[in-house]
Amino acid sequence: MDLSIFLIQCLNALQYGLLLFLVAMGLTLIFGIMGVINLAHGSFYMAGAYMAYALAPVVESTVGGGFFSVIALGVVIAVLLGYFLEWAFFSFLYDREHLQQVLMTYGLILVFEELRSILVGDDVYGVQAPEWLSGTIALGDVMSYPHYRLFVSAVCLVLSLGLYLVLTRTRLGMMIRAGSSNREMVQSLGIDIKLLYRIVFAAGVAMAVFAGMIAAPISSVYPGMGNQVLIICFVVVVIGGIGSVQGAFLAALLIGVVDTFGKVLLPEFAGVLVYVLMAVILLWKPNGLFKAG
Amino acid sequence: MNFFKKTLIATAVLAAPLVMASDAPLKIGLMLPASGTYAKLGTNITNGFKLYIDQQEGKLGERTIEYVELDDASDPSKATDNIKKLINSDKVDVVVGTVHSGVAMAMAKVAKETGTLMIVPNAGANAVTGPLCAPNIFRSSFSNWQPGFAMGEAVAKEGHKKVVTITWKYGAGIESVNGFKESFEKGGGKVVKELKVPFPSVEFQALLTEIAATKPDAVYTFFAGGGAVKFVKDYAAAGLKDSIPLYGAGFLTDGTLEAQGGDGEGLVTALHYADGLDSETDAAFRKAYTESFGKAPDVFSVQGYDAAQILATGLAAVDGDLDKMDELSAALEASVIDSPRGKFKLSKAHNPVQDIYLRKASGIENKVIGVASAALADPALGCRR
Amino acid sequence: MRYLSKHTFVIGSFMVLALFPLTASTYGMDLVSKVMIYAILALSLELLVGSTGLVCFGQAAFFGIGAYSVVLLSPMSQGASLLWSLPVAMLMAAAYALFVGALSLRTKGVYFIMVTLAFSQMAYYVVHDTDIGGGTDGIYLYFRPELPGIIDLDQPVQLYGLILGSLVLSFSWLALILRSRFGRALAGIHANEQRMRATGFSTYPYKLAAFVISGAIAGLSGFLFAVKDGFVNPEMLSWHLSGSLLVMIILGGLGHLRGAVIGAFAFTLLEEFFKSEAIFHTAAKHWHLGLGLSIILSVVLLPKGLVGIPEQLSNWVSGRKTTRATAGKQ
Repeated sequence: MDLSIFLIQCLNALQYGLLLFLVAMGLTLIFGIMGVINLAHGSFYMAGAYMAYALAPVVESTVGGGFFSVIALGVVIAVLLGYFLEWAFFSFLYDREHLQQVLMTYGLILVFEELRSILVGDDVYGVQAPEWLSGTIALGDVMSYPHYRLFVSAVCLVLSLGLYLVLTRTRLGMMIRAGSSNREMVQSLGIDIKLLYRIVFAAGVAMAVFAGMIAAPISSVYPGMGNQVLIICFVVVVIGGIGSVQGAFLAALLIGVVDTFGKVLLPEFAGVLVYVLMAVILLWKPNGLFKAG
Repeated sequence: MNFFKKTLIATAVLAAPLVMASDAPLKIGLMLPASGTYAKLGTNITNGFKLYIDQQEGKLGERTIEYVELDDASDPSKATDNIKKLINSDKVDVVVGTVHSGVAMAMAKVAKETGTLMIVPNAGANAVTGPLCAPNIFRSSFSNWQPGFAMGEAVAKEGHKKVVTITWKYGAGIESVNGFKESFEKGGGKVVKELKVPFPSVEFQALLTEIAATKPDAVYTFFAGGGAVKFVKDYAAAGLKDSIPLYGAGFLTDGTLEAQGGDGEGLVTALHYADGLDSETDAAFRKAYTESFGKAPDVFSVQGYDAAQILATGLAAVDGDLDKMDELSAALEASVIDSPRGKFKLSKAHNPVQDIYLRKASGIENKVIGVASAALADPALGCRR
Repeated sequence: MRYLSKHTFVIGSFMVLALFPLTASTYGMDLVSKVMIYAILALSLELLVGSTGLVCFGQAAFFGIGAYSVVLLSPMSQGASLLWSLPVAMLMAAAYALFVGALSLRTKGVYFIMVTLAFSQMAYYVVHDTDIGGGTDGIYLYFRPELPGIIDLDQPVQLYGLILGSLVLSFSWLALILRSRFGRALAGIHANEQRMRATGFSTYPYKLAAFVISGAIAGLSGFLFAVKDGFVNPEMLSWHLSGSLLVMIILGGLGHLRGAVIGAFAFTLLEEFFKSEAIFHTAAKHWHLGLGLSIILSVVLLPKGLVGIPEQLSNWVSGRKTTRATAGKQ
């Protein structure tokens, strides 16, 4: 592998890692802060991708199109959905065993997948990147790199920085972090923990939906896409240390590198490498790379 | 010994009700995916199948047709129970299924043991008409080997010498690539690299870079569904489409061109069906299908339609008496199926001996541009019939 | 009184299962055999999750290893002897469980869940990507294991008997274990591991032993599955199965062996019910929806799972607040 190819592979690794982080971010939040093992996270991601496909024509005909208005509408719907789901399905579960929540989210996966089938059908769809991002830049003599992929990477970076700042520098972030480490204490300080959880859940859902929407032009839209990302997202979150944004960020990049170079250098073991990585890391650091809180 | 005993018992059990009532309704078990990744394929196969039966006014011979539909969810670990349910509980006379090769393998085993007539309307696993071949097991679609082998001949004729293959690391992809390699290397070319993506990962960027670094004359690929859409889009986005021609088994561009949004334009693929065949049978089929279901048929609809044709031909040969499986088998091996894809015969192992077309993607159609391999028969390795 | 009724229930259920072949169709027996195999598998997971508090998300690996063992070790031309193939299948699964447990027990909570997942995915990719087990399409078991003159597993009734026997034995074995000193140690670990450790009790060997026992029983169910179907496929090791198993035991009610069995029956029969074309006609293809909604409903209405129903009922009859109401107001 010569240097230029090596550098391109590094770019691939970085880009894949960032995409993973984008999807896993919402999961870190819900998982780390509320302690809810949300198996339906992949379904929200899928919902986002399908929204990017289905909302575009609607937005086109009413407010005149535009990539950002579609995403804005999707995120608003996602927040409402998250708020509603938390109120309807999760709010009474916090006093129960954790595994009850697993059961609940498992049921939600089945329901979402079937609703998708009933509402949109089982076809595969493509989503076009916006016109102004459809160009490419040349890399080496045969390859080129689409602008849209670079744009997605940039969005990931901005978002992760934003999330990090919100969690560490704002009052809301402080309450959220405090709520994750000691619920009773936060409650006794007069903070409405229920409302806080509802906000966190809505934000987590919104992030998953946003990830689905923004990834749709790259990944295309197909049945079962949610379940495919689910496990790898959990891997990211757990390797990084549950609830840690920096950890998830680092873990996502690490997986990007291992996956990219694994496919090229160790193709026979490409499928299993990520899991070997997770096992090794957790045996070395039983609480993930960054232990949160 | 074991097998004989089972077959005897099974035939005895099956024989009893059938002999008495050969004009009783014929129950057909449609074991196809209705949920999951392959749901759409299942629907199209079902539509094609029912279209043919409807054209016969819902009757084959004297027997009216009843369906029992079962969602196999493409889950091999439930497949044995599912087909047993159709045979033992729903008492179907014929089983039609399925899309997923692993599920089809499980079904074929039960069908072989019970002697139930089974028609595979998609799953391409070579083994189904290889080691598993049986008088009562038929396939209306293809073997994974076929489009790959035909494409290998065509790519060698194009004068390409150095080819990289890329596919998912799973049965269908590997069998397809092996078929390609066999004929391509016979034709004087060389497969310099066989890239494999862990199934069902759709992250291709690293391997696209690998292709760019290898600079082959051409790339051969097997992907389907969501993976096919993403691969073609990524291949184009990486700028490889203009410099390194991409060839594939037809599923790369079947039912996916619209989603590929123009990136599939001009791709050449090999398959046993194409748009623009312009035969009378095909035109009539397309018209009837579009009228019934409000959308154009695809290769899966054709496979479903032909599964029904195979059933009809076989039943006619034995006057609806499914006891005479050997006669039915012999009759079908001698008949010609007038398929929308063109006429084809069934091999001794019951796989179609068929023309594999070269098609070029244009708009949302795969236009036929020639025949890659005429009357191509699967080698049926391991079939002892 | 309640103690007695619990036993009556369990023994009565096994009696019903034993008498079932007298009335059942071939299909009925197939279905119940399948459910009983899942019940054995669910029992093995219950030992870890419900009794010891170790949430294992990789049980499918042990199941699959048991199944692949019998297929790969059987000679091509005849059936293997039941005398050695059954123990070997259990042993192989137990050996992998020992390996996985020895390493993963260093972690806790969610990390433990994910490490067990990682190890099961490794096993999955080994059979999926390599040729040892027929790759993605799976591999056949051409001849069922045999014990000439005593058991002929080609007879559906005898196969049914073997499966039922395995279920009863697994259940009784686990019940005995849980009542022994060892079982009380596991319960202690479940309740408060830190306290156990603080009193100078080394919990690791106990947890590891539970893991190995669980692996062996899962291997047994895998063996039975392979023998029943004569076909194994990598999907038997997939995380989807591990997930479904967790759902079964939670649905049934954690902390009770009978919960695992009830959960396995309820989950599989619910699926069959919603898939039934006779009842739902064309809507049957959307059976996931019905299944999903019933699961959600069960979480809402049955906080203690299906085994908690009698208690909820008696609470309701005696006019006291139901568990759910109290839980909601805390």
